[in-house]
Amino acid sequence: MSRIEARFAALATEGRGALIPFVEAFDPDRETSMALLAGMPSAGADLIEIGVPFTDPMADGPTIQAAGKRALAAGAKLPRILDMVREFRRADAATPIILMGYLNPILAYGPPRFCADAAAAGVDGLIIVDLPSEEADLIAADAARHGLDIIRLVAPTTDDARLPKVLAGSSGFIYYVSITGITGTRTASGAQLEAAVPRIRRVSSLPIAVGFGVRSPEQAATASRVADGAVVASALIDTLAADLDAEGRARPGTVGKVLDQVRALAAAVRAG
Amino acid sequence: MNTPASSIGANSLRSGPDARGRFGAYGGRFVAETLMPLVLEVEQAYRDARADPAFQAELDAYLANYVGRPSPLWFAHRLTERLGGAKIYLKRDELNHTGAHKINSCMGQILLARRMGKTRIIAETGAGQHGVATATVCALFGLPCTVYMGATDVERQKPNVFRMKLLGAEVRAVRSGAATLKDAMNEAMRDWVANVEDTYYLIGTVAGPHPYPMMVRDFQSVIGEEAKLQMMQAEGRLPDVAVAAIGGGSNAMGLFHPFLDDAAVRLIGVEAAGHGLETHAHAASLSRGRPGVLHGNMTYLLQDEDGQIEEAHSISAGLDYPGVGPEHAWLHDIGRVEYVAVTDDEALAAFQLLTRTEGIIPALEPAHALAQVAKLAPTLPRDSIILANLCGRGDKDIFTVAEHLGVSL
Repeated sequence: MSRIEARFAALATEGRGALIPFVEAFDPDRETSMALLAGMPSAGADLIEIGVPFTDPMADGPTIQAAGKRALAAGAKLPRILDMVREFRRADAATPIILMGYLNPILAYGPPRFCADAAAAGVDGLIIVDLPSEEADLIAADAARHGLDIIRLVAPTTDDARLPKVLAGSSGFIYYVSITGITGTRTASGAQLEAAVPRIRRVSSLPIAVGFGVRSPEQAATASRVADGAVVASALIDTLAADLDAEGRARPGTVGKVLDQVRALAAAVRAG
Repeated sequence: MNTPASSIGANSLRSGPDARGRFGAYGGRFVAETLMPLVLEVEQAYRDARADPAFQAELDAYLANYVGRPSPLWFAHRLTERLGGAKIYLKRDELNHTGAHKINSCMGQILLARRMGKTRIIAETGAGQHGVATATVCALFGLPCTVYMGATDVERQKPNVFRMKLLGAEVRAVRSGAATLKDAMNEAMRDWVANVEDTYYLIGTVAGPHPYPMMVRDFQSVIGEEAKLQMMQAEGRLPDVAVAAIGGGSNAMGLFHPFLDDAAVRLIGVEAAGHGLETHAHAASLSRGRPGVLHGNMTYLLQDEDGQIEEAHSISAGLDYPGVGPEHAWLHDIGRVEYVAVTDDEALAAFQLLTRTEGIIPALEPAHALAQVAKLAPTLPRDSIILANLCGRGDKDIFTVAEHLGVSL
């Protein structure tokens, strides 16, 4: 059983959904993002998404765009991000790690070698924003060979006729992009989620995580109750960004502030 | 005007793309799932329109009576004399309404958007020619129009910014990245993903997710189809060489595509070498890039070893893009089209050469093609023929050129 499968199975036994916080690797530097990553499980993260910076993040709003820019300036590169995962795994063998980013850095690395290295480092899944199911064969076989889940995205624009095609051969969990828009902008209402999630459940028995626009503890609680998990990204990065000094460096309390926010989100998700 | 797909054989170089939108390994549909259904909708709508004679008839009427097609073919006799070699013909697409080839595709796409019931148009622009052409067709049909333009380009293309505003378009300056065409395209994609119901994304070049590279090529192929007929009328034969500038590659694809199966016609695409290919300040993605994925398609890109996209540079805002249309990537690999590069300085010299010899002020984009013509013509016999695409007029560039010549206006 994969880490992702095991984690969702354990949460189902507990009768609650997952909190999936996001940390942009190397934002604003390796040390800070490593401290955030390492601190997230004890703050209540059930799974963790690590953002892989890209110069042209077409699906991201201003918050993650700025995070990516800081991270690239701090020297973020895929091999160094895999190093972070290796370091994380020395202390935590159970919390699933999902890398989220765009296709081109993976293509530059080479999909076969990347999947081998990522799996060896302890990565469990990949979310590749600009890789729709039509193009997934570019990496699917390599990922499967190394036990990496390619997490499929479903959007409000994915209609019932298209859904089975998008979800064919999917594994791990399903990422429901709950709004039409870029990250960190709009928020889906509870009612919208109540309508959308059963539509996906009719086609797949995989767990469903809701992302894009989940900001507050209340929203995370709703999303994880209606679906099986809530991804929170921009709200955490906003906290980090607001705490940076004039030169864009983290302050001594920055990591603590972000982890406190993860704790508040986790408490709400646990309360349902 | 377009050659019906049914008349193109399986062995033709004109039969692409395949069902996945691929030209060889290039092209495809690398967009977020949110956009995927929209991209498929555009493809279906375009296939339906292409098969509908009424659509083609409507487009032809607008091209004839509004755009001013066919554009003339001009024998540039003084330029030919000056260079002392091959006869040089210019396809005068700078005489189109709005002063560039961009309107050919805008007219086709706006008719498609109307057919699809879309009520809002967005576009990206580099030099502003595509933005002006888009704003123009939006004014013609009374549709609201938002144009994304890099802040750097807004600064260096002020006349076109003002034109777009006069035409009623909203021009949004994009400040991310180097604030040029690449960043404008990112922002237009972000707008589209947030406005999926009512908005049509009118892409300006032969790049982006399938079907855009195919569709924009089809609409621009009117350039090459006309030029072929006009060359036959003027000379009784096809040219020996056809030359066009390449940023994203729409004017070049429009000129080249009808000639792809005419093996005797040498095709040369001219990329922007900026300060020189040996520097990092150029926009020559085919000459100096490697394959990767950006803006919805697999193609040659300027990128670093980690797959991060590098900034392009060209004196010409319309060529200042780190990628190129996927069909060009394929034609490069199979060797059907030669791709070369000329520098900012060479383009500036050609800009002045054409202005003085023919009384035509070219845009800086086709000035790159003319610079290649100036290199090539003297090496060819006097009875050979070069056809160059004069895809835009230079009024928009006089401020940039003045600055480089040390003249203050």
